[in-house]
Amino acid sequence: MIPALEVRGLTTRFATRKGYVTAVNNVSFSVAPGRIMGLVGESGSGKSVTAFSIMGLIDAPGEISAGSVRIEGEDMRQMTPEAQRKMRGRRVSMVFQDPMMTLNPVLRVGDQMAMAVQVHDRVSKKAAWERARDALDIVGIPAPTERLQAYPHQLSGGMRQRVAIATALLHRPAVILADEPTTALDVSIQGQILAEVRRLADDTGTAIVWVTHDLAVVSSLADDICVMYAGCIVERGTADQVINHPCHPYTHGLIQSVPSLHEPGRKLPQIPGSTPQLSQLPSGCAFRNRCAHATDLCRTDPPDAARGERRVLCHHPLEEEA
Amino acid sequence: MPGIVHDNVLTVPSAPPIETRITRLRNFWSDYCRSPIAVVALVVILVLLFVSFGAPLVSPQDPYDMAALDWLDAFLRPGDIGSGGYVHILGTDNAGRDMLSAIFYGLQTSFIIGLSAGALALLIGVTIGLCAAYFRGWVETVLMRIVDLQLSMPAILLALVLVAVLGQGVPQIIGALVVAQYAYFARTTHGAATVERGKDYIEAAQSTPLPTSRVLFAHLLPNVLPPLIVVATVQVASAIALEATLSFLGVGLPLTEPSLGSLISNGFKYIHSDRYWLSIYPGVFLMVTVVAINLVGDQVRTVLDPRNAR
Amino acid sequence: MFGFLAQRLFQAIIVVFAMSIIVFVGVYAIGNPIDVLIDPGATAEIRDNLIRQYGLDQPLWRQYLTFLGNVAQGDLGKSMVYNISVVDLVFSRLPATLELVLVSVVIATVIGIPAGLYAGYRPNGIAAKAIMALSVLGFSVPTFWIGMLLIMLFAVNLGWLPSGGRGEVGTIFGIPTSLATANGWSHVIMPAINLSLFKMGLLIRLSRAGMVEAMNTDYVKFARAQGLPDGQIVFRHILRNISIPIVTVFGLELGSTLAFAVVTESVFTWPGVGKLIIDSILQLDRPVMVSYLIMVVILFVQINLSVDIVYARLDPRVRLKGGK
Repeated sequence: MIPALEVRGLTTRFATRKGYVTAVNNVSFSVAPGRIMGLVGESGSGKSVTAFSIMGLIDAPGEISAGSVRIEGEDMRQMTPEAQRKMRGRRVSMVFQDPMMTLNPVLRVGDQMAMAVQVHDRVSKKAAWERARDALDIVGIPAPTERLQAYPHQLSGGMRQRVAIATALLHRPAVILADEPTTALDVSIQGQILAEVRRLADDTGTAIVWVTHDLAVVSSLADDICVMYAGCIVERGTADQVINHPCHPYTHGLIQSVPSLHEPGRKLPQIPGSTPQLSQLPSGCAFRNRCAHATDLCRTDPPDAARGERRVLCHHPLEEEA
Repeated sequence: MPGIVHDNVLTVPSAPPIETRITRLRNFWSDYCRSPIAVVALVVILVLLFVSFGAPLVSPQDPYDMAALDWLDAFLRPGDIGSGGYVHILGTDNAGRDMLSAIFYGLQTSFIIGLSAGALALLIGVTIGLCAAYFRGWVETVLMRIVDLQLSMPAILLALVLVAVLGQGVPQIIGALVVAQYAYFARTTHGAATVERGKDYIEAAQSTPLPTSRVLFAHLLPNVLPPLIVVATVQVASAIALEATLSFLGVGLPLTEPSLGSLISNGFKYIHSDRYWLSIYPGVFLMVTVVAINLVGDQVRTVLDPRNAR
Repeated sequence: MFGFLAQRLFQAIIVVFAMSIIVFVGVYAIGNPIDVLIDPGATAEIRDNLIRQYGLDQPLWRQYLTFLGNVAQGDLGKSMVYNISVVDLVFSRLPATLELVLVSVVIATVIGIPAGLYAGYRPNGIAAKAIMALSVLGFSVPTFWIGMLLIMLFAVNLGWLPSGGRGEVGTIFGIPTSLATANGWSHVIMPAINLSLFKMGLLIRLSRAGMVEAMNTDYVKFARAQGLPDGQIVFRHILRNISIPIVTVFGLELGSTLAFAVVTESVFTWPGVGKLIIDSILQLDRPVMVSYLIMVVILFVQINLSVDIVYARLDPRVRLKGGK
């Protein structure tokens, strides 16, 4: 089966006054239709830039310097800018972090959604509004006809995020990239939206890339997980493999520091140090300064390792515990 | 299990190096230099400041010294040699004044007026803005209402009427400009201070037994400073332009106290004859001065804007 | 919406009253107009008569009350110089100023807003840099000096346009205006450009700033993620958003265009109210000064009020808040 999304060797860099900074470094993964992939990392790890790179929405001073992004087998990077634009919203769409900011405050919800319909399909305004209403219905918004008449500020945060998801769904895209879409919401609302998204993936066969820093969210939602650190994917595998049998010391540390995945009553462990700045990465392995297993090899050679289905970017991967 | 994870509470994240005042200044300067035009503008301002305040040293003639003026030298073209035996690079005016000297002295008057009006307006405006932001309540309402009202009136009209009320002369003009301009500083200070006021650190400072005024100046002022610097440069430029405009309209300074405006105003009378140098050259200096100050202000604004940090 | 309007209206009336007192007291502190009006050699009797005729012997507060009473009847007094009613005087000059302001505002808008939007859309291009450089010039070079250069170039050197004054007056839809004749246009175009430059610079900056800011917002990124072409994003998403601050400042600045007309009218000897006020200040013609200033205040208050209303129309957030 052709994957809904296949990313190979994607590399994105930003020109700064002190030369290029690589924010996304040789990232590869693929997502099958109906699957949800969690892209996990701390802030600054390059996960949002990865999402924007897939969309082809990197502006100067940034540029995608290498790699391919295939949507159902078609390489976005080989297309003209105009063809890429026609892919966006139709075959691949995106939902943003802050629902307070993603909708235009001065336009009615219905107008904004209808505009998104009409940009790809030549339908009447009336038909576009109907499609918008159906989309709101799918994401579980009550009284969708009235909601279409509303301005964004009249809706709650959770409702706005549902509107954003509905907008992303309008053209039944093969892939939806969700950039921390529940981070700004209350936990109870977050749960509702996660359930809704899971159902959507199962029902419509849309592949979803769920970008987040929250391991607890992906562990309950995602089928597969990629862990990013300093622009690289350091570990990749199924959710079960990554959560229950982490191989990379970083992943292990992340999991240990999530309260809900840890035994209650114990002091919460932490990963020492903080995410390095991309412009000042150490030589060799980017994680070595914070890693208890680091050796001289880690200082000199960047790790490059793959173990079957799983990929672990480490010289000293942890043994899988039985 | 050999843990990469330490069960500690004391891990201190490696913080970026603390910015000292000197490195901050150096960063500011290197950011500023990214615009070559702004650097040129700064150099131009320094040169103009030198020739204006050093006018007695660098100008060939003292234009205030009526005894040194010779009617026979009137309307000499640029480059002509007058009775003084030296070249009048920019020509002479209707009274035989060397234009270059008159411009240097005029620039001095313009700078004095612009800088003192700017400084006084800054002082008064900042005080009013800070008080309004800090005391809130009716003090804020009354002060800011007055400021808003004044801001809705164009400065030129206000200054025009004030100069008419106060009469001609340098102190009067400065007074009129201060009244016309303080409101911009008050508005800026108040706006920035209101934003800062809402932040936690001010509340934290207020919960300590420090006196009100300490909190006000020690905490609010440094945060309000960046936008104020920008407004100040713009206001000095606009004070110089306003003074020139008032003098041009005939309500500013008389020709016996030459500012750039009164020089241009005098030259304007001869605009239909061929004597362009009487009005063009002082105008060029005025334009260069005002534009240079504005360019510097623009670049300072760009550098200080946190959104432009890379 | 109604409560909001009523509140603004009430504030506006208070402002006009307060300003009328300030203006009255301020203007009446200026010199003694009698000294200007009459020959220094005139007898004390003539002098006293004149003072009584203009009510200058009354205490200030009584003069103010008399003035208010007259104003209520639409009488703003008589010009001391022209010896005709101030209302007639100002209204005879007003059409000239209005047509000048109108033409200059149109020039500023038609050039300024698209130029600014473009500069904000492609902020690093050469065209954007050139546009911004122009706006700095328009913004900072004093109006009177540019006006002078225009006269020197187009009137004195090239001889293409007249150097000053208002042209022949024709009628459009029964309104007498010099915009109805070619000769009138040849007179108005230079001062109008002169007057428009400052506002054009302002509009360029405003629309550029708005555009740059909007291009970085999430809603624009979201619109791009939906595959909307840039043109649609600019015209349907961004324009609506940034028109709010542009309309606000534009409206506020409309008044200042009238004020700057004072300078332009002086340079081009344009027979409008701006020239009138300068002349009356130089000649200490108090009634004209007071009336002009109070009219300006009323005008500004009215502009503020209309801006509030337009603002409320454009921004649904304000509209709904006011409606409660």
